[in-house]
Amino acid sequence: MTTELLNVEQLRTHFYTEKGTVTAVDDVSFTIHEGEIVGLVGESGCGKSVTSQSIMRLYDEYMVEYEGKIEFNGDNLLNYPIKKMQKIRGDAISMIFQDPLSSLNPVFTIGKQIAEPLMLHHKKSKKEAYERAVELLALTGIPSPEKRVHEYPHQLSGGMRQRAMIAVTLACEPKLLIADEPTTALDVTIQAQILNLMRDLNKKLQMGIIFITHDLGVVAELCDRVMVMYLGQIVEEADVKTLFEQPLHPYTRGLIKSIPQMTGERKSELSVIKGNVPSLTNKPKGCRFSTRCEFADEKCIEEMPPLKTHSDTKKVRCWHYEEIIAREEGGHVHASST
Amino acid sequence: MGIYILKRIVSLLPVLFVVSVVIFGIVHLTPGDPASYMLGEEASPEQVNELREELGLNDPIPVQYLNWLGGVVQGDFGDSYFMNQSVLDAIFSHIGPTLSLAIVAEIIALSISIPIGIVAAIKRGTATDQSVMVVSLMGMAIPSFLLALFLALIFGVQLGWLPVAGYQPLSNGLWNHLQYLILPAISLGAIQAALIARMTRASMLEVLNTDYIKMARSKGMKERTVIYSHALKNAFLPILTVIGATFGALVTGAVVTETIFNIPGIGQLIINSIERRDYTIIQGIVLFVTLIYVTINLIIDLLYGFIDPRVRLDSK
Repeated sequence: MTTELLNVEQLRTHFYTEKGTVTAVDDVSFTIHEGEIVGLVGESGCGKSVTSQSIMRLYDEYMVEYEGKIEFNGDNLLNYPIKKMQKIRGDAISMIFQDPLSSLNPVFTIGKQIAEPLMLHHKKSKKEAYERAVELLALTGIPSPEKRVHEYPHQLSGGMRQRAMIAVTLACEPKLLIADEPTTALDVTIQAQILNLMRDLNKKLQMGIIFITHDLGVVAELCDRVMVMYLGQIVEEADVKTLFEQPLHPYTRGLIKSIPQMTGERKSELSVIKGNVPSLTNKPKGCRFSTRCEFADEKCIEEMPPLKTHSDTKKVRCWHYEEIIAREEGGHVHASST
Repeated sequence: MGIYILKRIVSLLPVLFVVSVVIFGIVHLTPGDPASYMLGEEASPEQVNELREELGLNDPIPVQYLNWLGGVVQGDFGDSYFMNQSVLDAIFSHIGPTLSLAIVAEIIALSISIPIGIVAAIKRGTATDQSVMVVSLMGMAIPSFLLALFLALIFGVQLGWLPVAGYQPLSNGLWNHLQYLILPAISLGAIQAALIARMTRASMLEVLNTDYIKMARSKGMKERTVIYSHALKNAFLPILTVIGATFGALVTGAVVTETIFNIPGIGQLIINSIERRDYTIIQGIVLFVTLIYVTINLIIDLLYGFIDPRVRLDSK
């Protein structure tokens, strides 16, 4: 495979809050290669946004503590002083946020917001930066970009705003793009356009993309690999095809089952994962999913399972996944769990 | 834009009309009258009545009002009963000190409050933040006349750095002018500073939590740029509202401070006029002050559009 771009190792993100320290990301490790699109999936509050913002160290440093390693091109970003971190942000790594209306500054023109990182990181003159801004807007498919460049965010439609935001993040041609639910706030047709745009840009510019979403349909459409997160941990990692064909973790299986089926008879009820996500201050001692898992036993409640390598492309964090699969596939064979 | 301003100015007319009715009513319905004050206690009722007749004070109030309004519409606010001056001349000869005082007070207030408001917001929850909050609370709680007396006592009487009271016009030199204004301006500006500092802090805190600030950081912007450019411009609208309101209050509410520091401004003029029931002056000042208030509001509204494109008027 191509070269490693980002290597996250045993990342833990702790927040100091009034109620004590809360660990929102707990032992997360993964690798992103150049030009690869990796999905990061999970319910809200599972730590996917925290993971991504930890990579850019966007939290106020006095209220957060990071542990582990975030290696980008071989350097550990967690060791960087903040000044050096600022040089990386927006240049080599940039980030698309969920809601383009609230993420674009309402009192600056689109042009200024695109030009800013260019002038800062690439030392371009104001004129050059604005010319490049027009090109970037054109690249994202905004009609009459030379006019839009002088407009303010509120003058654009939702889809156009998201394109403008993508243009901002692409300004310095980042090696890694983190997209935090970039299509959640958009309606379905615009969503498809934005996904196509991201795929095109990924091919054209060879960026690695971390695509955060809770929408498995989007993942199936766009991503090469997927990581499923639950309560601050990665519970399953796989390439897209095998994830949908043979999900290993009970949580992933539950997620896939809860996607409404468009073919066949309409079932009376949509299958759901029972219970709620426990809060971060009240995490289960053993397997994080044990409180909601129908297969959970003593061991699951007492001991946290490691992230096991199942095959070249698959990893899973479950004590009993082999039994569970076997049970569903071949009747009731009870394989011993070792 | 031009049309908008014109519309706003036209819409002021009803406001001024209502104010004129109310103030005329209040002034003429309060007991006491200028005629007896002018003639002194020795005057007989007949003499007083004669003077009232002469001044037109015996006409029915609506008639008096219309007579006055007729003059006002033509720019004639009448003459003072006591000073050998027209109302407009009296106002213009007293507005200078008041405006100077208000401007100096506002400059002092702004140059203290906005920086400390920003610092408090950045360092929220720390000792710095808490001391800003406590000091600003004290600033709001201490009455300005008390502060004025303290300041005059310490810096005027004991240390002798600044004059205790009095006033020198700008034409006598800038320092001469300013040294008389510093103490009253501080005592007036303290409350304003406290209000503006609190508003700045609250507004900055709100803005610093928004996605676009996170976005600005994710673009690699330096913290200074993030705060002073991205955040402050957004946080400024509510601050501007407070500045407008406080400046209006400075122009009109300096009565006590002007009296303590013996500054011959509008405040002194209105106090003296109320005492002697100098109807025309009171009415003139109230109308004039209303005009200042609404003009400040208009300017603030126009500045809004200048800062925030979403409320810009000529955008399509």
